Amino acid sequence: MVHLSGEEKGYINAIWSKVSIDQTGAEALGRLLIVYPWTSRFFDHFGDLSSAKSVMGNAKVQGHGAKVLTSFGDAVKNMDNLKGTFAKLSELHCDKLHVDPENFKLLGNILVICLAEHFGKEFTPEVQAAWQKLVAGVATALAHKYH
Amino acid sequence: IRPGSDDIQHHGQKAGEALTRTFLSFPTTKTYFPHFDLSPGSQDVKGHGQKVADALSQAVANLDDLPGTLSKLSDLHAHKLRVDPVNFKLLSHCLIVTLACHLSKDLTPEAHASMDKFFASVATVLTSKYR
Repeated sequence: MVHLSGEEKGYINAIWSKVSIDQTGAEALGRLLIVYPWTSRFFDHFGDLSSAKSVMGNAKVQGHGAKVLTSFGDAVKNMDNLKGTFAKLSELHCDKLHVDPENFKLLGNILVICLAEHFGKEFTPEVQAAWQKLVAGVATALAHKYH
Repeated sequence: IRPGSDDIQHHGQKAGEALTRTFLSFPTTKTYFPHFDLSPGSQDVKGHGQKVADALSQAVANLDDLPGTLSKLSDLHAHKLRVDPVNFKLLSHCLIVTLACHLSKDLTPEAHASMDKFFASVATVLTSKYR
């Protein structure tokens, strides 16, 4: 159960309101596949993921990245009830997709790095700390229904 | 790794910032520094940032022999400091976040992957004599 103060929620919303979901989603998923190549095990059907260039230019990666980050938006809208918000997605990731929850932590940290890259100075240590709490909460919520 | 490192002015400052980010985002890491003033910008944090930066710079200059280059530090971490291995990942992450803030688009996916691999290698060496 993640507890975010009013101040922390403010930091998160301030950043989120300026995020380009399609672009950042594609960037995050692309970087996940490049930095941690073993994560490509879930995306054999995406085509060419053999180089950084092919990953970042892959339309399926871009599309799926956008989808994932759009879903993340639900987390920002429901910071007080992450487990409830992601209950169904948690079941899906366990029962149908068979994704090791460790991957949610990896993607969460990659997202933080993408935000740091985009926002530079604005992504202060305090802002980062709020986001680390949120991505950890989302990772936990997504793993919650695993059995 | 090297171009990315050369571009970084004030390595010590960046490492200090990374430490501050680590202490703030992952408060458990503070347990290793009860003797420090951990407020951002403190002399303790600045000094320690410089130490970390100097060690990393040495590692960058000797990428083909990390075990040799970091041998003394491996001993220190194994026998004296005994920092739990999980913490190296936390600091590595915050080092990359710091680089991302300052380098922006110049931290390309390839550079990001290289730095992640480099920090992981350093961590492996530093914990190699733990048992």
